[in-house]
Amino acid sequence: MEACHGHGKEKESQDLPRVLLFKPPPDFHLFGDECFSSNKFKFLKAWESPLPLDQFLKTHAQSVEAILSSGGAPVTAETLRLMPAVRLVMTTSAGLNHIDIAECRRRGITVANTGNVFSEDVADLAVGLLIDLLRNISASDRFVKQWLRPRQAAEGDCYSLGIGSKLGGKRVGIVGLGSIGSLVAKRLDAFGCSISYNSRTKKPSVSYPFYSNVCELAANCDILIICCGLTAETHHMINKQVLSALGKEGVVINIGRGPIIDEQELVRCLVQGEIKGAGLDVFENEPDVPKELLALDNVVLSPHCAIFTWETFKDRQKLVVENLEAFFSNKPLLTKIVDND
Amino acid sequence: MDNNMDNNSNNIIVLMVCPVSNYLEQEIEKSFKVFKLWHFEDKEQFINTHKDSIQAVVGSAAAGADAELIESLPKLEIVATCSVGLDKIDLARCKEKGIRVANTPDVLTDDVADLAIGLILAVLRRICESDRYVRSGEWKKGEFKMTTKFTGKSVGILGMGRIGTVIAKRAEAFDCIIGYNSRTEKPNLNYKYYPNLIDLASNCQILVVACSLTEETQHIVNRQVINALGPKGVLINIGRGLLVDEHELVSALLQGRLGGAGLDVFEHEPDVPEELIGLENVVLLPHVASATVETRKAMADLVVGNLQAHFGKKPLLTPVV
Repeated sequence: MEACHGHGKEKESQDLPRVLLFKPPPDFHLFGDECFSSNKFKFLKAWESPLPLDQFLKTHAQSVEAILSSGGAPVTAETLRLMPAVRLVMTTSAGLNHIDIAECRRRGITVANTGNVFSEDVADLAVGLLIDLLRNISASDRFVKQWLRPRQAAEGDCYSLGIGSKLGGKRVGIVGLGSIGSLVAKRLDAFGCSISYNSRTKKPSVSYPFYSNVCELAANCDILIICCGLTAETHHMINKQVLSALGKEGVVINIGRGPIIDEQELVRCLVQGEIKGAGLDVFENEPDVPKELLALDNVVLSPHCAIFTWETFKDRQKLVVENLEAFFSNKPLLTKIVDND
Repeated sequence: MDNNMDNNSNNIIVLMVCPVSNYLEQEIEKSFKVFKLWHFEDKEQFINTHKDSIQAVVGSAAAGADAELIESLPKLEIVATCSVGLDKIDLARCKEKGIRVANTPDVLTDDVADLAIGLILAVLRRICESDRYVRSGEWKKGEFKMTTKFTGKSVGILGMGRIGTVIAKRAEAFDCIIGYNSRTEKPNLNYKYYPNLIDLASNCQILVVACSLTEETQHIVNRQVINALGPKGVLINIGRGLLVDEHELVSALLQGRLGGAGLDVFEHEPDVPEELIGLENVVLLPHVASATVETRKAMADLVVGNLQAHFGKKPLLTPVV
C-alpha cells in the first residue's frame, strides 16, 4: 500500500486511467519501476496479485481500456474476452506474433507497436554480424584471447586461422525491405556492396533491383540478409532450395525471426560446406542453438539481443509513454498497428 | 604478369625478410631468385655471404629494412613492402642512398576501413562476447546484457588520410558525427577539425587511430588522450601498435578510465598484453586489417609489379621514395 499522501493526491491517482501490465517489463529491472511512469495514467500490475490471470481480470480489469504487453506477454482472444472495455493493445515490441490481431480487429481494438524505434540497432547488428563473419572477428578474438595463446607467425601465411573475405563489391540480397532492411541497405551501400531485395511488394521509390522470388534473389547474391517479419508465408521461407541457390560462397545473416529459416537445413548446409557461413541473432527454439553450430568457426552466434541497447530502451520507454498519453487524451497515436498480413 | 624484363631477370636476387604469403612467394619466384631470411638460423652470416648479390628487399608490416640492413646490402636498389605502413623502413637512409621504396596503398584501404567499423560494432555491441555467451551455454541461463548503440554516435578519427577518409564515409552511413585530427586541416571536408588531439578525444565517444607511425606520432595516444576519451569512450586501433602507449591503455582499461577498445595492432606483435586477454570490453585481432583473399592478392601483385617495373626500368607503380 502506498503511504498516505493526503486525500487530494489519492483521489487524483484513483481517477487516473489504468493500463494493464501482465508481467514486469525487463525495463523495470534495468531502469527502475518508474521508467514507464506518467501523470496521465497508472499501471494495473497483474503479477502483484495472487489470483490466476483470468480471475484477476474478471475482478479488477473490467473497466481497463489499455493493455501494455511487454517482453512478448501474449494477448490472446481469451484474455481480450475477459476485458470488455479494452480499446488499445500497446506492445513494446515491433513484432505482433504474440497478439491475436484477428480478435483485436473484430473488437475494433487499436494495436500499437513501437514502430521503428529499434530499426537502427537491428540494422547495426546485421552489419556487425556480417563484418564479423566475413572478417573472422569473433573467431580471431577467440584465437588471440581465450582459447589459444598468441603464437609466432608461421611460415607461409602470417595468419592461418582462415583469411577473410572482402565485403566491398559483394552482392547483398535483402529479404524484406522495411524499416530495418532499408537501413541495412543504406549502411552496406557505403561499404561498396550492390544491393537488391525481395519484399511482399516492389517499392516504387527504391532504385535497388527487385526480385519477386526469394530463390531468385539468393541465386543473384553473395550475402542474404533476412530482415522481414515472421508470418505464415515467411515461415521456413529460407529453405533447401533457397540455400542451394545461395550456394557454396554464399552467407546468410538472420536478424528477423528464427523460424523464417529452416534451421535444420541451414545447419546441414553449414556442416557440409554447402554455404560458406552464417550470422544469426535468432533461432527456431531459443535459447537452444543447434549444437553443430557451436563447433563452427564460420558462424557468428548472437543471443537474440539486437534491440538490447541502453539508448533504444530509453527511446522506447519514451515512445510507449507518449503513445499511452496520446491514447488517453484522445490524440492520434505516434505508432499504430502494422498490419500482420 | 609483365614479361617485359631482362632475360637475366631470374638472376636478380630478392631478399624476403619475413613470411608474407605463399602466393607472394610463388609470384616473386616466377621472375626472381628469392632468399627467405627466416630460413637461415645465422642471419648475420647469411647476409655476409650474400650481401653483394641482394638487389631487392621485400618486407611487410612485420619487418622491413632498417639502417643496419640497408648498410649491409651495398647492391640494394629497391625495398618493396607488402603494407601501406612504412615504419619498418629507414626512409631517410633509402633516400640518401638512392634506394627506391614502394608500398601497397589503396588496395587495402577498404578492408582496413571495414575492419575498423567491424571493431567498433564488435566492442559497442559486444558481438564477440555474446557469441561466447551462446557457445558456452550461458544463454540458457538468462538474457545477455545491454549494449551500446552505434548509430548516431560521435566518432573521432586520428589521421584523415586514405584510410581515415573511408572510415569517415562508412561511419556517416550510420549517421555518426565525425571529427578528426590530422597534421593539417583538410580542405573540402564536412567534418569538424580539431587541431588538438585531446580536444578531439574529449569530444567523441569512439576514437579511431588511423594515422601512420613516424617518429612524431609514437605514443601520440597517451594517458591524457585516453583520459579525455573517458570511461564511456572506446579506442579503436587499426594503425600501428606504437601509436598508442600500450602500458597506459592497459592501465586505463583495468581501472575503468576507458570504456573499451578494439585493437588490431600491438606494440610487440605477436605478443598481446596478458591483462587484456581476460577483458570482455576489449576485442583483440592478430593484425588482420588487410587479411582478405582479394586484398592480399592485390597487395602481392603490387609488390611483384613494383619489382618488375623497377628491374624493367619502368616507373614504379606505387613509389614512396
